[in-house]
Amino acid sequence: MIQLEQVTKTYPKASRPSLDNVSVSIEKGEFVFFIGPSGSGKSTIIKMLLHEVAPNKGRVVVNGKDVTSMRSWKRPHFRRSIGCVFQDFRLLPNRTAYENVAFALEVIGKTKAVARRVVPEVLELVGLGGKEHRYPHELSGGEQQRVAVARAFVNRPLILLADEPTGNLDPDTSIEIMRLLDRINRTGTTVVMVTHDSNIVNQMRRRVVEIESGRIVRDQARGVYG
Amino acid sequence: MRVKYVLSEVLVGLWRNVTMSIAMIITMAVSLTMLGASGLMYRQVDDMKDLYYKNIEVSIFLKTDVTDAQREQVQGQLEADPLINNVIYVDKTEAYKRFQEMFQDAPDLISAVKEDSLPPSFRIKLKNPEQYKNIYDQYKNTEGVEEIIDQSRLLDKIFNILTSIQNIALAAAVVMAIAALLLVANTIQVAAYSKRREVAVMKLVGASNWFIQAPFVLEAVVAGLIGSLLGLVALVAAKYLLFERSLSALDGLLSPITWGDILFIFPLMAGVGGLVSAGTAWITLRFYLRV
Repeated sequence: MIQLEQVTKTYPKASRPSLDNVSVSIEKGEFVFFIGPSGSGKSTIIKMLLHEVAPNKGRVVVNGKDVTSMRSWKRPHFRRSIGCVFQDFRLLPNRTAYENVAFALEVIGKTKAVARRVVPEVLELVGLGGKEHRYPHELSGGEQQRVAVARAFVNRPLILLADEPTGNLDPDTSIEIMRLLDRINRTGTTVVMVTHDSNIVNQMRRRVVEIESGRIVRDQARGVYG
Repeated sequence: MRVKYVLSEVLVGLWRNVTMSIAMIITMAVSLTMLGASGLMYRQVDDMKDLYYKNIEVSIFLKTDVTDAQREQVQGQLEADPLINNVIYVDKTEAYKRFQEMFQDAPDLISAVKEDSLPPSFRIKLKNPEQYKNIYDQYKNTEGVEEIIDQSRLLDKIFNILTSIQNIALAAAVVMAIAALLLVANTIQVAAYSKRREVAVMKLVGASNWFIQAPFVLEAVVAGLIGSLLGLVALVAAKYLLFERSLSALDGLLSPITWGDILFIFPLMAGVGGLVSAGTAWITLRFYLRV
């Protein structure tokens, strides 16, 4: 599903590479944590999978498509098969939970009728049934992140990328969000999550890839934060 | 739904920053009015050239004491000249009659000039008005010829003035167009900034580039089209005020600008206004949104 083959990335003006000869292979339906200290290169991987950053060397293949050689005009269509969740939620403040999710559908050409059918379903799935018409500022942090997950998942992507999704949440709420991601993973969606929340990694007991100074120092099938 | 979405975004966009939109539309309107005016003058000058140069004459004035033999010799030469289309002889009596007609409002002047004091002349039409110089060189030293005057010299001066007015209008159009472009670029930047969250989400979930850009580009195009409509109104008003009122005395002199001419120039203004704004907006977005 996802292959990084000897990927090296050095940002302009940086003294050392963010990713140094990194190779990882992720199968369909896996749940993988990327862990490591700030600046270790974890987020660069997410950006590469989104075709936002191109590697200097090596090859990135996502969902059977070689991202390295992909032309930028193909990026929009490519992104429709990837869901994405961030630490800062990135919701539209002037739209309700329902409208935030529906917006993501409508801007890729789905009709309002499709949105009316699919959006309540996915909001129910993330546990926000009954709160469809709340605005983000009327929701707690955990609920806002649920809206973001609903938006990422509404298009039934093959891959869900999560960049520190629990970074702004308290431990209990974080665990609820993790349960939600786990449920999404059980539907067959590949989940890639970048984090440095050791609690969560230890509880989930999933594959852990640890990165330090741009290199993989550990790749363990049922790992802990260590 | 997508068309409706894009259109409502355009209106919201223009309204959100209404002072800037108005500034953009006004500069655009002034620039396009100048462009339209200079286009109209171009046609006007062309028409006038056709009209005037067709009727232009070279006058060869003879000495008042010219002998009949000299006169007949000049006439013979002129009629045989391949450069000349036709020759009319205006004798002293005829010249005096024309003089009386021309100055009928000034009887003092007429009574001061004796019938005998006006020189006889040949009025000739050239096949090609540009060849005046040849005629001048050939006949200036002929016996009995006093002076040769080419009317086209006078017209050249008038047309030079008209052409420079036209160039000034065109230059003003260009300068205003630069101001309009900068305003469009600025307005689009502000619009893109105020919609940066929406744009970020759209890029994230894979909305197509045209769908992200369309509302911004159309916002600029709508402003350009409104500007060209205002320009049309300005030209109509100018025609009404100038030609129907203050310049109507010069009716026979200036070839008229018809309403048709103005309607004909409008697509040019609308096209330039729309395309230039669309291009500016699109280029601005490429730098600003990197889509």
